[in-house]
Amino acid sequence: MSTGGRGFQFQEPLLFEVSREGREGFSLPASTKPRREPPAALRRLNDPRLPELSEPDVIRHFTRLSQWNFSIDTNFYPLGSCTMKHNPRVNEEVARYTGFAHVHPYQPDETVQGCLALMHALEQYLAEISGMDAVTLQPAAGAHGELTGLLLIRAHQTAKGNPRKKILIPDSAHGTNPATSSMVGYDVVQIKTGREGRTLASAIAAEMDEDVAGLMITNPNTLGLYETEIRDICDIVHSKGGLVYGDGANMNALLSKARPGDAGIDVLHFNLHKTFTTPHGGGGPGAGPVAVKKILEPYLPVPRVVQKENGFAVEYNRPQSVGRVKAFFGNFGMLVRAYTYIREMGPDGLKRVTELAVLNANYIRSRLKGSYHLPFEAGQMHEVVFSDKIQKESGVTTLDVAKRLMDYGFAPPTVYFPLVVFGAIMIEPTETESKETLDRFCDAMVSIAEEAKKDPDLLHKAPHQTKIRRLDEVKAARELKLRYDFKS
Amino acid sequence: MRYLPHTEQEIREMLKTVGVANIDALFSTVPDPLLFKRPLELPAALSEIHLRNHLRDLSRKNAHGEDWSQFLGGGCYSHYIPSSVSYLISRGEFLTAYTPYQPEVSQGTLQAIFEYQTMMAEILGLEVANASQYDGSTGTAEAIRLAVAVTKRHKALVARSLHPEYRQVILTYLKNEGVAVEELPFTPAGTIDRAALKKSLDEQTACVVAGYPNFFGVVEDLSDVAEAAHAAGALLITSTPEPLALGLFKSPGEMGADIAVAEGQSFGNAMSFGGPGLGVFACRKDYVRSMPGRLVGETVDAEGQRGFVLTLATREQHIRREKATSNICTNVALCALAATITLALWGKGGFKELSRMNYDRAEDLKEKLAAVPGVRIAFSGTTFNEFVLIPRQKPTDVVAKLIGDKILAGIPLWRWYPELAEGLLVCVTEMNTDEQIDRFVAALRRLS
Repeated sequence: MSTGGRGFQFQEPLLFEVSREGREGFSLPASTKPRREPPAALRRLNDPRLPELSEPDVIRHFTRLSQWNFSIDTNFYPLGSCTMKHNPRVNEEVARYTGFAHVHPYQPDETVQGCLALMHALEQYLAEISGMDAVTLQPAAGAHGELTGLLLIRAHQTAKGNPRKKILIPDSAHGTNPATSSMVGYDVVQIKTGREGRTLASAIAAEMDEDVAGLMITNPNTLGLYETEIRDICDIVHSKGGLVYGDGANMNALLSKARPGDAGIDVLHFNLHKTFTTPHGGGGPGAGPVAVKKILEPYLPVPRVVQKENGFAVEYNRPQSVGRVKAFFGNFGMLVRAYTYIREMGPDGLKRVTELAVLNANYIRSRLKGSYHLPFEAGQMHEVVFSDKIQKESGVTTLDVAKRLMDYGFAPPTVYFPLVVFGAIMIEPTETESKETLDRFCDAMVSIAEEAKKDPDLLHKAPHQTKIRRLDEVKAARELKLRYDFKS
Repeated sequence: MRYLPHTEQEIREMLKTVGVANIDALFSTVPDPLLFKRPLELPAALSEIHLRNHLRDLSRKNAHGEDWSQFLGGGCYSHYIPSSVSYLISRGEFLTAYTPYQPEVSQGTLQAIFEYQTMMAEILGLEVANASQYDGSTGTAEAIRLAVAVTKRHKALVARSLHPEYRQVILTYLKNEGVAVEELPFTPAGTIDRAALKKSLDEQTACVVAGYPNFFGVVEDLSDVAEAAHAAGALLITSTPEPLALGLFKSPGEMGADIAVAEGQSFGNAMSFGGPGLGVFACRKDYVRSMPGRLVGETVDAEGQRGFVLTLATREQHIRREKATSNICTNVALCALAATITLALWGKGGFKELSRMNYDRAEDLKEKLAAVPGVRIAFSGTTFNEFVLIPRQKPTDVVAKLIGDKILAGIPLWRWYPELAEGLLVCVTEMNTDEQIDRFVAALRRLS
């Protein structure tokens, strides 16, 4: 097979296809200890068929693969609800300091004072930013934070005598909210979004009763709108003994502007990989710290980092805790990055982040209004949702628009979410994109809207310029090839 | 501010396009009493120079593997990470890419995950592996949830020798799903008590969960456990905190495991105070539609070229919502990439050689320590690169006394195992030099 592709986009086979018997890419010291033989009955029978490659083979392989990826470093990623902002490189460097990277979680407390001090400070920063009282850094991602948060609510309700049966969730919520509720043993009651794109206090009041353990609410919601009735909503839930869970996926809209805790939220998760610049890494790792009001503090996962007279310590003895949600202390490497970012930005910097993120979203909204249908008229925060209502008239769908955008060099926005907007196109620019970039993106979107009218087929067959064309997802699901077939 | 590109002039132009007078007007939908009006009480901004100095100072308050002799394992291991790994995973195209939902612009991540799934399935000896879970502990809890879904039974038998923090996570995850968790005791060899297993296995049992190697470093043949479980209609789940052992020892699949989970941190990921880890998750193909997490599958594009996509998404939360197999969304893709690169470099030969080297070095230390008067080895079973030592003095005292020698001596077991309060879990890898090993033996001799 020729390695050449289109331009300098090289073809690259699978590792297993370029493996050559006897080639090696490792460097180990010579063995200085006598060779021992474990009992034959325990010995592996068949070696794993790992590839055999030299270091240059491996470097070239993964460098080529990397070139097939779109990334924040390549261009603008308008993914709604994902907060694809610039990932500072100083964060990467400090997280790799030997005093962080090569530290073991079971070292004695006195030998990890730096780690514990950083965690203790980060907990305090996140509590201040969210207006809450205490924070756990243990959850590994947003959904894991949700699991932790609902476990806390369940523990609180159980301590009051009844865990209750249901969780209220607006229909605009992320799928993780209902999925998490099921894992914690709750039935989901879906709350219909009001005509203005917001959750109505009256809709909550209609469903709130003594069987409801709590409400999960995203604010600003996934339509990018601030829940203006949030205070009343929290009061209604509290008045019937429920608690309010805040999904912090959209915290980028609120830094130093409005604190969930002040609005009545009892428990909230952060996505450090969204708001606080830790890289997405192609899907993770993330970190999902959970902040709570005082009433939930006794139930936080073990262990806790506590400050004592002679320094920081790890405390395990917390009888009311919901238990552990993860081994060790959470995704510490991500905590270092988020801490570094907060220290670099300071209070004024974080405030500016939110202001410019919201300005950018409103700018896109203004520029694309008219070319794309806006389902809601009210003021936008950090993201904006359009629909394909106008394009549908010429048979073009949101998916076609998304695919065509790649030919213009942009990643597609989040599409068909939130579910409350038919054919949703959800755009979150973040604060780190410049006006020129937004203009180029908006020009592309406007141009696609024109193409949709004149040449719908051009869009149906898009993308045309990418390394690979539209992929057969049905075949993938039907034939299920989930690993390399060594026999072929 | 270097991350914020807007000039004052641009801000004015943008406000004009939006049609508002100033930035505050953009927040007019937030009810006034809820607007936050004071500055956040956070430390003032730092320049990059001061930031680095500050973080460097904090990191220096930690004892770390490069200056200290470190004999700690227990689910987190110090292994050599080839220079190419950090270099490749730092490439912005990998580092700053999103989850590969749009396959046309994510083929790099998707192909790498497909290669990762292949390698993990091979190492664990099972048919399919997913794109990752958060870590070994949450992966093990999810494995039990999968076994419950597949068998429609509601009891899990969990070995007491399984990593104690994994057992805690299992309890946290399962307590509201109506699954009873029973513990299986260990024998003086450090292996699962077969008589107790036989007694507890019944028609309610969904699965048996075994550490392999277990928390004490003990490697046992679980073929008979698999047979017993299968005879009762239950599944065998293995949970491997140190998958480097699988270069030398039987794979879970070879013993009849139905679901195999591992903590893949040993493959090219730094210890980093215990996280992020890499939850490796593999199982029989029959269960694939009930599996948690993302899966990458091979397909073709409109021109017939090979390509990769995320597949079977109907299991996942963003499609299935409350009926999803798990709530997991973000996983640890970059850690999986680091593992894939590391294993590509080690290759078939390096994986085996490194595994052997860890085994040999730990055996060497074990023999030397066993020869120290008053010191003994707690379990008679075969171990991989760690083992439980019973020193003459209290384990916490041994640890405290060796700090002065810059030796991190091991993990005292009292916190999790009152019956092993005299035990110290000691680990050796290729990172411990011969000199470190000799100094450790000499120090323990001194304390005897």
